[in-house]
Amino acid sequence: MYPSDFRYTKEHEWIKVTGDTGTVGITDYAQHELGDVVFVELPKVGAKFNASQSFGTVESVKAVSEIYSPASGDVVETNTALADAPETINKDPHGAAWMIKIRLTNPKELSNLMDAAAYQAYIVEKEKEASA
Amino acid sequence: MVNFGGWDMPVEYSGIISEHLAARTAAGLFDVSHMGEIEIRGPRALDLVQTVTCNNAAKLAIGQAQYSGLMTSQGTFVDDLLVHKVSDTHYFLCVNASNQDKDFEHIRSHNKFGAEVENAGARYTQLAIQGPKALGILQRFTNVPLDPIKYYRFTFGKMNGVDCLIARTGYTGEDGFEIYFSPEHSEKMWFDLFEAGKPDGLLPCGLGARNTLRLEAGMCLYGHEIDDTTTTWEANLGWICKLDKGDFLGRDLLARQKERGVERLLVGFEMQERLIARDGCPVFVAGREAGRVTSGSPAPFLKKNIGMAYVPASMSAPGTPIHVAIRNNQAAARIVETPFYKRPK
Repeated sequence: MYPSDFRYTKEHEWIKVTGDTGTVGITDYAQHELGDVVFVELPKVGAKFNASQSFGTVESVKAVSEIYSPASGDVVETNTALADAPETINKDPHGAAWMIKIRLTNPKELSNLMDAAAYQAYIVEKEKEASA
Repeated sequence: MVNFGGWDMPVEYSGIISEHLAARTAAGLFDVSHMGEIEIRGPRALDLVQTVTCNNAAKLAIGQAQYSGLMTSQGTFVDDLLVHKVSDTHYFLCVNASNQDKDFEHIRSHNKFGAEVENAGARYTQLAIQGPKALGILQRFTNVPLDPIKYYRFTFGKMNGVDCLIARTGYTGEDGFEIYFSPEHSEKMWFDLFEAGKPDGLLPCGLGARNTLRLEAGMCLYGHEIDDTTTTWEANLGWICKLDKGDFLGRDLLARQKERGVERLLVGFEMQERLIARDGCPVFVAGREAGRVTSGSPAPFLKKNIGMAYVPASMSAPGTPIHVAIRNNQAAARIVETPFYKRPK
């Protein structure tokens, strides 16, 4: 379910690093919690974000959620297809619904993120809390 | 699941959009057992109902229901409700879950008529089955001919072998029914209706779709469009406020406000850009902050972003441009007629 070559945040974003570039999206857990996504607002290419800084917004019918950058970097590309097809975020959150690509300015930060096994354990805990 | 007036209720089952569309195009099944029921009985039951509500319950025939307001002495809303006339000496009120106890105390405190007032919520389960296929699905469970029950009429009869109050009412803008029965039959009734409706496209609907459906239909939600600071005229609910029916709580103030005119008015608006207005977003009219969005959401059937808000009455005409503050944007919107959605007849 959760790709082993991604790293994950506690706010349910993922990042996949290739060379000095990280591709960022939200996790399957996040899309499921949000429900039907109807709107996504992404930054412009060239924008700079620090780790844990909000870079955009995703909205479902029922809720608005900020999206936080897993690492510091400059936006080099955004997934413009999502504007007209935000439901892709529900259908393929770990693939076609990637949101931005950033050039990492401090790759050391990645070690603060969870790997797939740790994230999986983290959301199991979340679900326990929710049903308690 | 969310806690709603003390009830654990699902916001969604399969997804708000699919549930919403099912109710518009096929059928939606809603567990609305959280809704409160208050029964008023006695020779002067009507006098009590007339005192505390603003619509004219004297006009009701036996087997007829009406939308009404439970009023404060200030002409504002304690709650909104449905008043069903069961007999000349028995009225059945359906009220909001979170207001039930407050409503009950309020009605009791004005009971100068020796009526019996029962806080009956625990005795009833309420299910709503709404949408163009609702009648056909329900009819399989009862010998009571459902089609002759007109809109806002009700009858008593067996449904799936269970004694029910069967009302052609709803909170979705669709044709449909709300049935009230004894809670021990809840699970069986729910699953039997669900199974029977499946081939017709029936989906169970949660609170999320209930909210988007009523908003598209331009209906008020207590705590959002109406509360104990808003009057019938302000909320565009003049049609349920009958000043000529005789005295009732808040009548004098309502009569004066009608004469004077209101300063603010509830309107519907449609976003002119892709941003979604949400409850509480500030609304600007002619460049000045006029109030807050009372309800705002994507409208899944209309595929627009809509909302309701109070604006100055002098600037409330359909077509008037307004702005809604959404995060760092002043997003353009336009006042439109409500209901946003009207079902095809």
